[in-house]
Amino acid sequence: MNVLRFMLHNRGQVLELTLEHLWLVGVSTVFAMLIGIPLGILIAHRQRLNKPVLAAANIIQTIPSLALFGFLLPVPWLGDRSERLAILALTLYALLPIIRNTYTGIAGVDSAVLEAGRGMGLTESQLLFQVELPLAVSVILSGVRIAIVVAVGLATIAAAIGAGGLGEFIFRGLAMVDNRVILAGAIPAAILALVADVGVGWLERRLRAG
Amino acid sequence: MGLRRELRYAGRNMPEPAATPVIEFRDVSFRVGQTQVLSSFSLQVFKGETLVLLGRSGSGKTTTLKLINRLVSPTTGEIYVNGRPNTEVNVTRLRRGIGYVIQDAGLFPHFTVERNIGLVPSIEGWPKERIHPRTQELMQLFGLSPEIATRYPHQLSGGQRQRVGVARALAADPEILVMDEPFAALDPLTRDDLQREFLLLQQRLHKTVVFVTHDLREALRLASRIALMEAGKLVTVLTPQEFVKSSDPWVAAYVRAFGDGLESAANRGAS
Repeated sequence: MNVLRFMLHNRGQVLELTLEHLWLVGVSTVFAMLIGIPLGILIAHRQRLNKPVLAAANIIQTIPSLALFGFLLPVPWLGDRSERLAILALTLYALLPIIRNTYTGIAGVDSAVLEAGRGMGLTESQLLFQVELPLAVSVILSGVRIAIVVAVGLATIAAAIGAGGLGEFIFRGLAMVDNRVILAGAIPAAILALVADVGVGWLERRLRAG
Repeated sequence: MGLRRELRYAGRNMPEPAATPVIEFRDVSFRVGQTQVLSSFSLQVFKGETLVLLGRSGSGKTTTLKLINRLVSPTTGEIYVNGRPNTEVNVTRLRRGIGYVIQDAGLFPHFTVERNIGLVPSIEGWPKERIHPRTQELMQLFGLSPEIATRYPHQLSGGQRQRVGVARALAADPEILVMDEPFAALDPLTRDDLQREFLLLQQRLHKTVVFVTHDLREALRLASRIALMEAGKLVTVLTPQEFVKSSDPWVAAYVRAFGDGLESAANRGAS
């Protein structure tokens, strides 16, 4: 109850940091989708590119997040504002699940269906937008869902480089050895992750049924 | 239903003797790596006939079919469609003028029956008020009850799916129909129904049909002429009646493999 009282007392700041957090996660997820979905489609169509692209995305994933934030800090334009840096790092981490699921979804479309479509005279772009993407959409969305949930967690570390977000409470609480302050950051972050998970999951099921 | 009453008997559409072929293979070869899938293949298909490509698995039947609508391009040789090399026609235009039916129908699982059937008309830019009656008409023609229009392919029986597949291929009223083992995955009774319906329909529509099968009975029943293939070569082209009497060793071997009762099968359509 102490925690709740603390959060209520600082509700203005909790809200502000939550919104910052959402902003970091939202923008980076949108960027990752803009890059990852076309890239996933590309490697599903050009099988030769599939290994190198997925390997690159995998390697990015293995870099410890704190280290990645540190590596990027000296980069000129990026380093000017820690927020930019945090968004770039979060985007890089979100790429792997999105690319991989887009690839899996598109590559999993029944080849007989594609050939029937091609044989009926659908152009490649008609095949993509009317057949491949609609059939792959729920798999792609489940990749986005994973990316968002991971990003909500990772974004807490962005506070270490001063990018804001709910991590501020967590780091502050660690420094103060005050569990209430840590939880004031951790609980909203957990709720955000849960809401995103359930929300995108719902969208995913709806689109699959249709 | 009306269709059946209208047609008292199913005859065969024999090619006109002096007709120009609708489809013509001129010395076509196709090789993948070291494998010669098709070698010096020449064949003419005439307007309104049902030419059946018969042969065992791997004999090159399906490849031959896909050469027509350019799903496959020949290594050497040319394929003429309506008197022009099919490479001179825009590939999308070419394909939309050739109905394509495959085994298991290849229906789009995320489209309803109606959208599946209306797909080619819709990408051809037909107005909605023209597509809807057309799909209704086709569904009636294939004995599909109107309430399945809003169903998805996985909710249909195998026979219904295949009927939808044929209806879809005919939606924009193409002159040519190419069918790749369309009835092979069906149970014998449903297959029998669909073969009968095919004969009745062909009697009325006079499409130029190229039909791939490995089933000699099906070939004898449906074909105007049968082109027997073996190891990427055309063995011979015969009418069903000639086929069962032929002394060609490959033909005889095929007939032997299917056993007795074929003569009557060959004559069923012509009687």
